[in-house]
Amino acid sequence: MKIAVCLKRVPDTTTKIVIGSDGKSIDEAGVKFVPNPYDEYAVEEALARIEAAGGGETVVYCLGGDASQETIRTALAMGIDRGVLLQGSGSADGLEVAKALAAELKDGGFDLILFGKLAVDDYNHQVGPMTAELLDLPCVTSVAHLKVEGGKVEAEREIEGGVEVSTCALPAVLTCDKGLNTPRLPKLKGIMAAKKKPLDVRPVTLGAGTIELVGLEPPPPRTEGRIVGEGADAVPELVRLLQTEAKVL
Amino acid sequence: MSAILAVMEQRDGALRKVSHEILAAARILADAQGGTVDALVCGAGPVGGADELGRYGADRVLVAAHPEFARYSPDGYASTAAALAGSHAGIVLGATATGRDLGPRIAAKLGVGFAADVTALRVDGGAVIATRPIYAGKALQTVKLTGTPAIVSIRANTFPATEAGKPGAVEAAPVPDFTARVTVTGVKAPADAALDVAEAAIVVSGGRGLKEPENFRLIEELAAAFGNAAVGASRAVVDAGWRDHSAQVGQTGKTVSPGLYIAVGISGAIQHLAGMRTAKTIVAINRDADAPIFKVADYGIVGDLFEVVPKLTEAVKAARAGS
Repeated sequence: MKIAVCLKRVPDTTTKIVIGSDGKSIDEAGVKFVPNPYDEYAVEEALARIEAAGGGETVVYCLGGDASQETIRTALAMGIDRGVLLQGSGSADGLEVAKALAAELKDGGFDLILFGKLAVDDYNHQVGPMTAELLDLPCVTSVAHLKVEGGKVEAEREIEGGVEVSTCALPAVLTCDKGLNTPRLPKLKGIMAAKKKPLDVRPVTLGAGTIELVGLEPPPPRTEGRIVGEGADAVPELVRLLQTEAKVL
Repeated sequence: MSAILAVMEQRDGALRKVSHEILAAARILADAQGGTVDALVCGAGPVGGADELGRYGADRVLVAAHPEFARYSPDGYASTAAALAGSHAGIVLGATATGRDLGPRIAAKLGVGFAADVTALRVDGGAVIATRPIYAGKALQTVKLTGTPAIVSIRANTFPATEAGKPGAVEAAPVPDFTARVTVTGVKAPADAALDVAEAAIVVSGGRGLKEPENFRLIEELAAAFGNAAVGASRAVVDAGWRDHSAQVGQTGKTVSPGLYIAVGISGAIQHLAGMRTAKTIVAINRDADAPIFKVADYGIVGDLFEVVPKLTEAVKAARAGS
């Protein structure tokens, strides 16, 4: 079995976002970058599947600048066999990212290509299914439960008020949701081994695409609220405000 | 004249509420360019409410019927929408489980970009300009869609449904041949068919302040008192296994925009605040007067939730019984 994992370097979710001077991107000063949390489920799933199969190969792909090498090394430290950095700048248009990944993955001979369900920076949740479409492969998104047996995939994903069950054949593209597994932490031995694992760097140039970034701004501040009171005695006043002022009750 | 394709959502033969919001967003794009709105309904048979879509802004209702469409068919829906795209300037979907899965497939088939999870739309010089919360709502990104069709998905609860009062003509739409690479074999619904936090008009969320998973009963009772409220949870209690991930509000959970959000025993980590700050009204109940949640709350009660919440549940029941 051969599994690819597509990974993205993103700001840690505790980051306070400050808009950069260009008005289009964030100020990266002091920002800690981590592997996208949903991609870690993809890494874990790849490793667990290969371990269960008793062998195979796992490869991590990451599109980004040189700093993404660190992100790839984190996945290698978790146990992924080798990494490929598609060196270039990203795009507001997920389809351009998908094209670059599809071109790279096309002849890889992968049984499974795994993504996180979304990247916690741009919230596009689209590169996985777009890549699948470009590769003409089946795709199930936001997988929270997975069974792979005899070349067949049975996947469950959360939908509003329920769980959707679907099947497809391998090879397939899956995007991974929280709940699928618990990602392992890199161990010291893994971190040492990761330094010696192969990491290929290949420059890519993305097309212009059809999503043009116009600007980035902080969300409008919420108007200052008020403390209605202390303890259960404040409940009648709260209910009155919800009825007469907020008109939600 | 430019037409906008609004991709409707149905489950078990009935249209979902978000469909009306999708029409409202499609209407914005159509009206800006003197265009029309076509509502696309995929189904295996008659879909309840399809003939009513004219009232919510559809000029035409296109019904694509196929035996596979009893359930969501990723490849079938995408092929059907893509085949209709040639005659449309824009496509609007819901930023729902279905729309988030379907939108990228349609966009890739057509070779154009896709603006996901949009909360505001306008047309400027013939181009669609979309605003999207990114970093879970810590920043708002504005993008211009330069491809045709312009494809967007809209967040639930951000484009209020409008009733236009016009009838919409219902026509059959062709379903092209497609290969179902993925087959949806079933939907497991929870016993209580819970409301989804991303779509509910009212969300009551609990956090670590509840101390024990059993105490979520207080949250469930308060939600039940409102009648139409969903139960949400902070990341801390989801990670602790008290609640399912589907209830998690925040950066690694769901971003919600309900009319009323009540945070109980949630201190308000930055990831949580990002996920709920677009709620119209926020209420916080917490013992710690310095908790960050009070910075975004319209109304706060400082106190012991075990005393406050049961009282509030009773008061909400009484208020609703009296109204």
